[in-house]
Amino acid sequence: MKSYLPVDFIVERDESKCIRCKVCVNQCTYETHNYDAQDDVIRSKDENCVNCQRCVTMCPTHALSIKKNLGPFRDNANWSSEVIKDIKKQAETGGVLLTGMGADKPYLTYWERLLLNASQVTNPSIDPLREPMEIRTYLGAKPDALEIEFEDGDIDLKTKLAPQLILETPIMFSAMSYGAISLNVHESLARAAMRAGTYFNTGEGGLDSRLYKYGERAIVQVASGRFGVHSSYLNAGAAIEIKIGQGAKPGIGGHLPGEKVTEDIARTRMIPVGTDALSPAPQHDIYSIEDLRQLIYALKEATNYSKPVSVKIAAVHNVAAIASGIVRAGADIIALDGVRGSTGAAPKVIRDNVGIPIELAIASVDQRLRDEGIRNKASIVAAGGFRSSGDIVKAIALGADAVYVATAALIALGCTVCQKCYTGKCPWGIATSDPWISKRVNPEIGAERLVNLLRGWSMEIKEIMGGMGINAIESLRGNRLHLRGVNMTDTELKILGVKMAGE
Amino acid sequence: MNELDNKFINPFNQDKDFAGCSIFGMMSLEGKRFSSEDPIKAISNMHDRSNGLGGGFAVYGIYPDFKDYYALHIMYLSKDAKEKTDRVLASCFNIIYDEEMQTKAAKVVDPPLLWRYFVEPKKRRSPNLPEDECVIQAVMRINTETGKAFVFSSGKDMGVFKGVGYPEDIAEYFCLEDYYGYLWSCHGRFPTNTPGWWGGAHPFNILDWTVVHNGELSSYGINRRYLEMYGYKCTLQTDTEVLAYAVDLLMRRQRLPIEVVSQILAAPFWSEIDSAEPKRCNVLRALRQTYGSLLMNGPFSVIVAHHGEMIGLTDRVKLRPLIAATRGNMLYLSSEEAAIRLVSPQLDKLWAPRGGEPVIGRVGDKKIVGSAVKVEEPQ
Repeated sequence: MKSYLPVDFIVERDESKCIRCKVCVNQCTYETHNYDAQDDVIRSKDENCVNCQRCVTMCPTHALSIKKNLGPFRDNANWSSEVIKDIKKQAETGGVLLTGMGADKPYLTYWERLLLNASQVTNPSIDPLREPMEIRTYLGAKPDALEIEFEDGDIDLKTKLAPQLILETPIMFSAMSYGAISLNVHESLARAAMRAGTYFNTGEGGLDSRLYKYGERAIVQVASGRFGVHSSYLNAGAAIEIKIGQGAKPGIGGHLPGEKVTEDIARTRMIPVGTDALSPAPQHDIYSIEDLRQLIYALKEATNYSKPVSVKIAAVHNVAAIASGIVRAGADIIALDGVRGSTGAAPKVIRDNVGIPIELAIASVDQRLRDEGIRNKASIVAAGGFRSSGDIVKAIALGADAVYVATAALIALGCTVCQKCYTGKCPWGIATSDPWISKRVNPEIGAERLVNLLRGWSMEIKEIMGGMGINAIESLRGNRLHLRGVNMTDTELKILGVKMAGE
Repeated sequence: MNELDNKFINPFNQDKDFAGCSIFGMMSLEGKRFSSEDPIKAISNMHDRSNGLGGGFAVYGIYPDFKDYYALHIMYLSKDAKEKTDRVLASCFNIIYDEEMQTKAAKVVDPPLLWRYFVEPKKRRSPNLPEDECVIQAVMRINTETGKAFVFSSGKDMGVFKGVGYPEDIAEYFCLEDYYGYLWSCHGRFPTNTPGWWGGAHPFNILDWTVVHNGELSSYGINRRYLEMYGYKCTLQTDTEVLAYAVDLLMRRQRLPIEVVSQILAAPFWSEIDSAEPKRCNVLRALRQTYGSLLMNGPFSVIVAHHGEMIGLTDRVKLRPLIAATRGNMLYLSSEEAAIRLVSPQLDKLWAPRGGEPVIGRVGDKKIVGSAVKVEEPQ
């Protein structure tokens, strides 16, 4: 069948700059560039280009640029080029359209409509470079009250606290499975988490035994496929996360194609080499809230009640009620993943249409848990498209204890959000299991880039807090008086629990 | 309360009260009663720290003849409100004695009708409920349900006197020269947004607990939401209200001593906690983990009092002033040293407490907690 699809991008090469070094040829995993030895020229196949910018970045003479193909379709607000191309693609393949990364539509974000406060006159702002500014965060269940014993001037704690995670910054690396991302990326995240005093999440593909030494900073995930889940895996981590759902694809499972299942990944996932790793849509031992309770306690038993158990869900319509049930089922942490949450592979129609924005989910879950008097029984971790420290501060002010970031971490490692993770050919060496491409991420350099990002964001969070006159993050958490809304309806303001700017 | 909320308490629908202020506390460590002369003189000396939009006093030991009964001071903004409130009171309490509070002409703004009741809770109504809880429930009910009635004092053998005016004018209006107490805490207010609402003046009170406060809590939003989980309705939208309720929750309901409570309201920094010896580190860490939402963040100095105890505390980086001093059996706490010097030029000891470290004076105990930091020896 002749394809009617136009090319997405056009590669432009300045022949006067090109020195035929063939870096672009070697770097492009989609085989866009070819060297023609006879004519001593490099030619490009535009139809292969995904605009990942790898060749542009690596070209030593800046001879390359990638242009978006603005044609060929006539402008139409309803029948956009994207829509037309999607239809043509499906007409030619008869399949479900796959995509990677988080939703790319602009209509699902509230962060821009929430603005932060600062001190003027009636209370002083605080300079974080000169005075203490605390962003340490503990995740886990907190008691209603503490019992404290005094004996001969000696003070002692009678209440025993549930196990806690200690975060030196309220930013953790979100779940990305080994297989979806390479070992080097896992190791970069692990080393960065160790150094920055935060945690990385293994995702659903287990943890390679070579990375067990970073276990004290790992949250080990248990998902519907149970890949790589065994006793020493559970005990290797600092916390366990039961993955019920993911913001990018609520209600559906995962799929790691067999060609990505190399020997190392097969060993870690405990499946044969080259077989598809399919995660079922539901956890087949959890068809109800009481089943979830059993799994939570099974995992607590397996780890001798020494680790907090998190339950991760996609933010969907009844998220507040579901969250309340999860807390009552015994979860110490509840992770919420919003509609803009990212993925290595998901059906595009699901990614762009299912779920609710994380802002609304944080606000309604935090409020519901307070209304029921159980907010202290679990920490809230928010995930799904955090792009800056500003987003993070707003999430914390809405009621989150901490956030998960994944896309931002990958961007720090080189990702350009080309949305082709599902191909397994990531030219940046991130979303791939190909050992040759994976080498493009060096765990040491990767860790340094990640630690730098966390450091920068942490300093910005401190600057914002100082401006508000707040020197401990617990005074920001759930403090919605430091938020004001613009361009929102009364209902939106009510759900977010914030006032209109100017009020 | 909506009516009150909108028209009187918070006409601009502000999040909270912004106020600069003066605070002064004076306590006899022997529990000996003394006149209002010195407290009034001291708080008047800090006239410029208030702006005439609020002044008030809490006095302990003033009703020896009725010391077994709860003394309710109630302000009424309409006659109708009094009739409604009287019905509530009659259903909850045996009223031992009631009268219109004694007042005289003074430079105060729009005084409401002020009434004083001595009451005991009716036992048969809810025999298992402690008396204190009966009183709190009745106070919350009157303040939120009757409209235009406000209970501003509800303890035994103590009383709050407050209103719109400079503190010295409020003292004159309430004829405070006739009262004797062993502990006085005083307040002059400089609000930037709240108009003449008598209930909004300090001290804030529930049972025999009183709070006078100088500051703004940047953490108010979360302090309030945390307290709401424990049934406290923050109706006045002032910072001081959350301080009063936090103290009530931690000290009265959860029975934590002030030495511990001060580590919650003005928690030490993590660096300090990490370097404490293991047992203490363990306690301090658990306190911040558990009660982080009650950390009072932002500038404040506060005097908290109840029978037999007066406590001074500032925020952990001390962004508002507090000076403490002793002379003989008298403990002084003040925003400014000059106010103390005015009433007692000679002092045994005068010091500036560190940020977040409480100063605690107790009747019958001459040793003041938190007096370690010395500024000046006696002359």
